[in-house]
Amino acid sequence: MGHPLSSPEHARHALLYMYRIRKFEEAVEDLFGRGMMHGTMHLSIGQEAGPTGMCLALKLEDQITSTHRGHGHCIAKGADLTRMMAELLGKEIGYCGGRGGSMHIADAETGNLGANGVVGGGIPIAVGAALASKLQKKGTVAVSFFGDGAMNEGAFHEAANLAAIWKLPVILFCENNKYGMSSSTETAFAIDRLADRGLGYGIPGVTVDGNDVVAVYEACETAVARARNGEGPTLIETVTYRWKGHSRSDKNLYRTKEEIEEWKHLDPIPNFISKVLAAGILSQEDIDATAKMAQDQIIEAVNNAAQAKSAVPDGLLEAVFKAVSA
Amino acid sequence: MSTDNRMLTMAEALREAMGIAMDERPEVFILGEDIGIYGGAFGVTGDLYHRFSPERVIDTPISELGIVGAAVGAALSGMRPIVEIQFSDFTAQAMDQIANQAAKIHFMLGGALHVPLVLRTPQGSGTGAAAQHSQNLETWFANVPGLKVVVPSNPADAKGLLLSAIDDPNPVIFLEHKLLYKIPGRDPVPEGAIRIPLGVSQVVREGKDLTLVATGIMVNKSFEVCEKLAAEGISVTLIDPRTISPLDMNPIFESVEKTGRLLVVQEGPSHGGFINEVIARVSESSSFGSLIAPIKRLAGMNIPIPYAPQLEKAAVPQIEDIEIAARDLVKSWR
Repeated sequence: MGHPLSSPEHARHALLYMYRIRKFEEAVEDLFGRGMMHGTMHLSIGQEAGPTGMCLALKLEDQITSTHRGHGHCIAKGADLTRMMAELLGKEIGYCGGRGGSMHIADAETGNLGANGVVGGGIPIAVGAALASKLQKKGTVAVSFFGDGAMNEGAFHEAANLAAIWKLPVILFCENNKYGMSSSTETAFAIDRLADRGLGYGIPGVTVDGNDVVAVYEACETAVARARNGEGPTLIETVTYRWKGHSRSDKNLYRTKEEIEEWKHLDPIPNFISKVLAAGILSQEDIDATAKMAQDQIIEAVNNAAQAKSAVPDGLLEAVFKAVSA
Repeated sequence: MSTDNRMLTMAEALREAMGIAMDERPEVFILGEDIGIYGGAFGVTGDLYHRFSPERVIDTPISELGIVGAAVGAALSGMRPIVEIQFSDFTAQAMDQIANQAAKIHFMLGGALHVPLVLRTPQGSGTGAAAQHSQNLETWFANVPGLKVVVPSNPADAKGLLLSAIDDPNPVIFLEHKLLYKIPGRDPVPEGAIRIPLGVSQVVREGKDLTLVATGIMVNKSFEVCEKLAAEGISVTLIDPRTISPLDMNPIFESVEKTGRLLVVQEGPSHGGFINEVIARVSESSSFGSLIAPIKRLAGMNIPIPYAPQLEKAAVPQIEDIEIAARDLVKSWR
């Protein structure tokens, strides 16, 4: 795509995707609340600007790895909403045929190598995708989305170092949402700016307002250009906030209601709307229509997914390995 | 073929297989620690760095998790990486990428993606390197659905199995015994791209008195025992599963039905060991009814591998142990 303020089309796209993520997550929360969804969930409400801004700077063939809180990344990269919702509802038409659920959605067609249930698990994989791109001279970029918590995993450090020494076309995209489950960044890090860790690997580390889709896009555009030019990786830290609990079990004992409310005032969607209105790119009617479009798309996805055939255990044993072609 | 009498070491055979695969497919590349100019800690990659290029034989930092993760990502993106982990013990550093990522991606993602990855690594005791450089970990990997586990016992098998492992669209853990690297096998190694399919057990020799199942270096030890016992008039069927996951049990069932006696040997510790699976499957099968003797197993002691040579030998089955157990089974149960 391109810069979210460069045209009405781009602005509408950015807004539509942020709304899609918000409304998808709200639908998931609702379905869980009504006992219609199984397992657990990790919602990214409040964090919509990060994946949207990043993916606006990517092409379809560029690759991503995602996290346990991955619905936003998946949607931003272009996943089909019905197949996503169907996966969460354990349906045959779900992205993983009901075998993966919320934490394991991948979409080969949009370059999504998969969400990951292991914190930091996707970072070395994205580095490997970037290595393949370099070896095959494909010109594609790989992005690893991960949270602040993952930056204290060995996987981050090993992957960052390999990416740096091999000058790989990869972007290490940290969504610093202030908490790894209940551990705040203040207790888990002895540095204030997580992007400073880039210095230790000899790569640029930039920190941006993760609730500003324009700022995110601009940082990503620079990092993508750098990657495509063969100049190597960039560490981007987006400062954002998770409005909802870590997962279903979270009682928010580690933070105050006031803190959550404060961050709700920094909502990335109104933040962007005020920018497009000020720039005169979209009218209020355009904005309302975009919100409605996203809402309708989510309702349609929920309805389609709910009516789809449930996954059945037949063939599970045969699904462990890909068949060896003769 | 007249050249079919070449005697190679396992290291040479493995190198030949990798060279053939790299000639055949541009997407095959190797990465690991000290595999380039150094030629590999055990000399397996040898001159491949010079024959190919630093882009296809990639020296990495000491970073097992990163290396395996990068290989997984590359495998998901159209490449066929061969990772060398310097000692199988160090796979513990990379276990998330092996067990949680590589093994599960195809199944967990509903078949959308697959991981054509080979992880080669030396294992086993007998080098005096003590507890963190001597384990036999075949059972670990065999217990993770989604990994294929290959344990070659000789150079010809190593070459043919490695070629098939590289072709395979799934992650394959290829466990090479250090003591086998430098010695030639009993049989010549065929020239060319001769493949041996994964998941096919081999009957190494046939006999009527005892079925002996062994993996890796224990096949070699067992073979010596078979020859010795043959001189005493005891004939043994020796079966080398070669791939322990998936496991081809049919030749084992068939042999047990003929011999009525079963001895199973592995190097790794007995508790929860792979051989217990062989025993369980025989116990659950109709071949169980053919047994005329209790099943006997020989495995490593349930201890970390000790350093001193006499202690190290005591920790894992030796030729004499196999010989005594085999003879006893045949002589005591008629």
